[in-house]
Amino acid sequence: MTAQLAAFYVNAGILILAALRVITARNPVHAALWLVLAFFSAAGLWMLLYAEFLAVALVLVYVGAVMVLFLFVVMMLDINFDKLREGFLRHSLLAAAVGVLMALEMILVVGARTMAVPSPGAPPPGYSNTKQLGRLLYTDYVFPFELAAVVLLVAIVAAIALTLRRRKETRYQDPAEQLAATKAGRLRIVKDEPARGAPPAPEARSE
Amino acid sequence: MITLSQYLVLGAVLFAIAVAGIFLNRRNLIVILMSIELMLLAVNMNFIAFSHFLGDTAGQVFVFFILTVAAAESAIGLAILITLFRNLRSIDVDDLDSLKG
Repeated sequence: MTAQLAAFYVNAGILILAALRVITARNPVHAALWLVLAFFSAAGLWMLLYAEFLAVALVLVYVGAVMVLFLFVVMMLDINFDKLREGFLRHSLLAAAVGVLMALEMILVVGARTMAVPSPGAPPPGYSNTKQLGRLLYTDYVFPFELAAVVLLVAIVAAIALTLRRRKETRYQDPAEQLAATKAGRLRIVKDEPARGAPPAPEARSE
Repeated sequence: MITLSQYLVLGAVLFAIAVAGIFLNRRNLIVILMSIELMLLAVNMNFIAFSHFLGDTAGQVFVFFILTVAAAESAIGLAILITLFRNLRSIDVDDLDSLKG
């Protein structure tokens, strides 16, 4: 149990440190990388709570997909970040005050002795967190599960529709125009008169 | 022995850090999105802690849905950010005043 406690404090410490660096980092690329560390530590904490499936899903979905998306966007845009940091020090006092106050209020409530429920301990051998979660998802929560799929579909369509644009300089195929092409429209037969005297200037090739 | 309140305090501290992050970086849209991700992480931490200490797996199902919605949110948020940058050449929140709100 003491090993678990040590693991909890190490992970929690790294998590809070990484979260603080996310909000204070000068460079958003560094902020995104610190956020990756925060997600990793959170996944470790979830492992301690025997939520194995969600811990792995957090690393795969968040670190693997969402944070890479963040990094892509941060590196793709050419932004002057120093201009965006104007007023950082001016706001830091207010931010610290609000943050500390909020944290203290919540700690007063959730840190009370009544909330100090002891851990029920490890699940019995042969217990599968993934199986249990899957059983719940496909029976009691099957309708919300389908809705989640629809939400993801909407997100895909919306993200593509928002960022898609037609560039003027890019050439596109028009299949309708290609299919409507006939021999009469493309081919012209020129009767070539035999040249007499000086040959005429060569005619420019029609397309 | 880890108790429930330790996880809840951790979630509360994480949430407060995220709120402070929105105050600190209130002009930088990217860091605001990252702070929202931190907030959702704090909420998920509470859900999983309660799920373990109460012995009810339903809390983990909700974390699953929150992860889904958060992924969709950040994808659309970043898409809006890119469109915004193309039009304004800036992601400063103060520049988003075309509605004069």
